[in-house]
Amino acid sequence: MMNFIGALPGAVSQGMIWGIMAIGVYITYKILDVADLTVDGSFCTGGATFVVLFGGGVNLWLALLAALIAGMATGLVTGLLHTACGIPAILAGILTQLGLWSVNLAIMGMKANVPISIIDQTVLNKLLVSLRFVQGVPRGDYPVYRHPVLVVGLFTVVIIAALYWFFGTELGASLRATGANPNMARAQGINTDTGKVLGLMISNGLVALSGALLAQYQSFADSSMGKGAIVIGLAAVIIGEVLFSKIFRNFALKLLAVSIGSIIYYIVIQAVVSLSGIDTNYLKLISAVIVAIFLTVPYWKGRYFSKPVKRGGTANA
Amino acid sequence: MLDIQNIYKTFNAGTVNEKTALNGVTLHMNEGDFVTVIGGNGAGKSTLLNAVAGVWTVDEGSITIGGVDVTHLAEHKRAQYIGRVFQDPMMGTAATMQIEENLALAMRRGRPRTLRSGITKAEREEYRELLKILDLGLEDRLTSKVGLLSGGQRQALTLLMATLRKPQLLLLDEHTAALDPKTAAKVLEATERIVGKDHLTTLMITHNMKDAIVHGNRLIMMYNGRIVIDVSGEEKEKLTVPQLLELFGKVSGSDEADDTLLLS
Repeated sequence: MMNFIGALPGAVSQGMIWGIMAIGVYITYKILDVADLTVDGSFCTGGATFVVLFGGGVNLWLALLAALIAGMATGLVTGLLHTACGIPAILAGILTQLGLWSVNLAIMGMKANVPISIIDQTVLNKLLVSLRFVQGVPRGDYPVYRHPVLVVGLFTVVIIAALYWFFGTELGASLRATGANPNMARAQGINTDTGKVLGLMISNGLVALSGALLAQYQSFADSSMGKGAIVIGLAAVIIGEVLFSKIFRNFALKLLAVSIGSIIYYIVIQAVVSLSGIDTNYLKLISAVIVAIFLTVPYWKGRYFSKPVKRGGTANA
Repeated sequence: MLDIQNIYKTFNAGTVNEKTALNGVTLHMNEGDFVTVIGGNGAGKSTLLNAVAGVWTVDEGSITIGGVDVTHLAEHKRAQYIGRVFQDPMMGTAATMQIEENLALAMRRGRPRTLRSGITKAEREEYRELLKILDLGLEDRLTSKVGLLSGGQRQALTLLMATLRKPQLLLLDEHTAALDPKTAAKVLEATERIVGKDHLTTLMITHNMKDAIVHGNRLIMMYNGRIVIDVSGEEKEKLTVPQLLELFGKVSGSDEADDTLLLS
């Protein structure tokens, strides 16, 4: 039990970092109505790009920006495979993801794992987030504002604010229309292909940014760090929706629900690991089962426990 | 205004399901024409409208709107000239978006989508006024999701969206077919009012022969991917349903019209 409580701040930090990725997944899965599997690859692309550039002496913010752009490029590839080449979205994502496995290794100089040398205190001090800060802040080694929960929390708020603004613009609204009803969107002069590509780019940009933050947090990038990312993203989206859809109507709050969903997911995983002492290799199976359950429940609820629809539609027409 | 020159379209060419949906259609419409289109199932009515709207490109022939050759223009680019209302009430609006958001999207048809605000305060007032004219009580529900509306309300809203920016050409694809008779009459009435007010050049498909005769200044009937009857002016004014049926029987050489057109 003490183990679990001690691990909580770490779990929350990690959940928040993955929450940014989950917000990216929300954009494709919920707004564009596309299941984009690129994320398993682009998450690592972000981490790899950041670690290699930062390790090479590039300014941290520039390295973060580069990770974001690299992620957008992966979204562009999937988007073009889908729209220009006519490949179904799921398959387009799988193809990009597969190709990225090699690309990510190439970025990391054909090494499966590239560390950030945080033994060097000046390097560590430069980082935005690190597991060391989670442990260091309570000990008084670092000021409170360096706690990853606060830093990533601020990141999340800024990203949600930016997305809230964007999806309220003419361009953002046309993206929402593309996902909501492509026929209507085209009839209103919206290029749905461009919309999908742009949405995939924004989504994967956020996913890669999240990967770059996680690489900092754990102080290394790993070629398999994105494995199962889409499942974690979906879990966060669905948990957030199941728990908050009744109270969070506003778009910004819905995005916040995704982030909270991700945090809850990590707390649950942490609880399972700490309290049962299960082999961590089972985590992927547990993740898959959790997501399957959360996807099944609303379906069965609608199918077997639905109430009759209220009549009176045409009377009000 | 609209100039369709000898267009052809075959679906599933080279397979057992091959279907020649448009078999050499030529149609010229003048500015302000309100043409009604009738014909049995599979006659090519919807295919004709989709060809004009650019859902796909035609195999042969050309389509010109207001002097601009749009034959190879993508659907979303043609939208700057065309307002559309579909048969399926679900198709013309985005269910998960608000009424005002749907209208704002339509207000920007044919314009570049920028990073300016998706909807302005002044627009909202304008929409409220326009919705009042529809008389469906939607003016107080600007922020309701369109998915909550009835089929008739959605069709009326789609009609408003299609004409919010005055289109050079209005395409109505059996837009009242999915509605109950009372609602259908109401939507048709709104159609007549909107088309009349702006003298919109309109192409309207209908399953109902009486509607086809009552509305518009010209009537065409399609059969097997061709226009087989084309009446306008005084001749159309005097047309009756039995006459139309007889005319169709003569042209098509069958009494198919009795079953497929009268019943629907």
